[in-house]
Amino acid sequence: MMPHVLTRSLDRSATIFLAVVAAVGILIPLSNLLLPAGSMFQVPTYLVALFGKYVCYAILALSIDLIWGYCGILSLGHGAFFALGGYAMGMYLMRQIGSRGVYGNPILPDFMVFLNYPELPWYWYGFDTFWFAAVMVLLVPGLLAFCFGWLAFRSRVTGVYLSIITQAMTYALLLAFFRNDFGFGGNNGLTDFKDILGFNVQADGTRAALFLLSCLALIIAFLICRAVVTSKLGKVLIAVRDAESRTRFLGYRVESYKLFVFTLSACMAGVAGALYVPQVGIINPGEFAPGNSIEAVIWVAVGGRGTLIGAALGAVVVNYAKTVFTSGPLAPYWLFMLGALFILVTLLLPKGIIGTFNAWWEPWKAQRIAANAESAALEDGVSVSKPNPAE
Amino acid sequence: MNALPTRTTSALLYLDGVHVSFDGFHAINNLSLTLEPGEMRAIIGPNGAGKTTMMDIITGKTRPDEGEVLFDGITDLTRLDETRIAELGIGRKFQKPTVFESQTIQDNLLLALNVDHSVRGTLFWRETKDESERIERVLETIRLKDARHKLAGSLSHGQKQWLEIGMLLAQDPKLLLVDEPVAGMTDVETHQTAELLKEINKDKTIMVVEHDMTFVRELGVKVTCLHEGTVLAEGTIDQVSSNERVIEVYLGR
Repeated sequence: MMPHVLTRSLDRSATIFLAVVAAVGILIPLSNLLLPAGSMFQVPTYLVALFGKYVCYAILALSIDLIWGYCGILSLGHGAFFALGGYAMGMYLMRQIGSRGVYGNPILPDFMVFLNYPELPWYWYGFDTFWFAAVMVLLVPGLLAFCFGWLAFRSRVTGVYLSIITQAMTYALLLAFFRNDFGFGGNNGLTDFKDILGFNVQADGTRAALFLLSCLALIIAFLICRAVVTSKLGKVLIAVRDAESRTRFLGYRVESYKLFVFTLSACMAGVAGALYVPQVGIINPGEFAPGNSIEAVIWVAVGGRGTLIGAALGAVVVNYAKTVFTSGPLAPYWLFMLGALFILVTLLLPKGIIGTFNAWWEPWKAQRIAANAESAALEDGVSVSKPNPAE
Repeated sequence: MNALPTRTTSALLYLDGVHVSFDGFHAINNLSLTLEPGEMRAIIGPNGAGKTTMMDIITGKTRPDEGEVLFDGITDLTRLDETRIAELGIGRKFQKPTVFESQTIQDNLLLALNVDHSVRGTLFWRETKDESERIERVLETIRLKDARHKLAGSLSHGQKQWLEIGMLLAQDPKLLLVDEPVAGMTDVETHQTAELLKEINKDKTIMVVEHDMTFVRELGVKVTCLHEGTVLAEGTIDQVSSNERVIEVYLGR
């Protein structure tokens, strides 16, 4: 089974992409740890953390491309799944602080002591063990996506209506997580993390390892997406995207397909969020902001919808631009830039970076293959008949 | 109305007293129609006669307000959704050709094959010899063998119509509902389509909706004329086209 899936899903561009991610994932931590500080090729620790953030965003972008690019489900609330994964990881990190917090309470995180919680709320149980938190990282976003999708897809909510209710979902979670009595730190969220699996989250070695893990997660997420889209299920997803009711009349249960891919995508977004939190050191309700989810959709549009590689590339490119523009004199204008970027991409590059590249490259490649076939046929003394099926 | 644990009709498709209205407009009015197994039936009628709505009812897209729709004498189609009805063996070709434009012709047929349509089945699907042979046969029948790797979106209108008929064949249904198969086709293509449908009719039951009288005449089958959602006349093409009420409806009163 496995080798068959691998040969099918790894075409040339996929292999190149994976090689680049693997190289980056290994070289950046090595350069950070082994080269002397100040050396030209040494990547400073703050950049490792920044690049790590981009990689997490790339995983989120992949998860959006899987449902939007291949199944036509435009979720404008995927940041919610990302944030939920992040909160699950944050809860584990909070409980690792133990008595090292400001109030020194061995069980209760600082914000609970401050807010006079008499005891640990039941939904915080178990988060002191890593494996439990890791399961929750997948389970919580997955379960929410499953319930949400089950209701929405069965009622045949599609298109812009679905996008609007996903926005509402993430906004509702934003409001809930802002509340102090919701039990997740309210406005401030979860922060002041000390260590993860016994390693100091601030240490260079830990940051390098987290970066490597993020790259590994990106590779695995990419392989899963490729396996899905190159299977027959992938063809059904595209059929649903292009002609949903036609697919139904062929005897496919469209809602099951949407539910499967939506849940899978939410789990991937959750993992991205979980890797993001220890690298940035905080998770707060701001991550649920509807704007974040929309921004993530823009990354995918910029990189190229329905190409997977484009989604990851778009996330990195747009976020790099964001870093550059928000740290200089142009900072107040970043949102205008983002808006302009979206309009320009829609007008000039409607297929995104990778999509436009493919549109330019594919005919050239096809032409070359056809030319080869023709010359081979001529050598055999057979004329190449043009297909003319209508006659 | 009979609740039907046992078969009460020999008909493959049985419609009785069907009513549908949309916002007070009676699209289908006391429509009754039967199709025997192995039959080919042509449905004609002016615009708005309810031909497409009738197909929507049979395939589960629209629920009738009243009336019985039975498939194979035992299955009540009014209670089932599109997916279940397709699984029972009713295939449909749409008025406007709807093929999956961004996928190849071969993949279009692959998607149409009546094999395991579950999420798990398609995720772990592997090509089998039997399936590729079936696709091969369909490609031959619809004469698109050389174009198999082309995108369906690049086909001409007529070819798309044929591909859609090919998808119906791959689906291997008991009953084919074919909505305006020759719309936009050249005379030669129209003739070939009539031949193709006659060929398919050798082992399948077919219901064809068509405006093109030359085509209907060429099929040489029993004709039902619908008007304002009800059956106006039924018989051979000559009987129906000489029926005074049919002439009146078509020419205006």
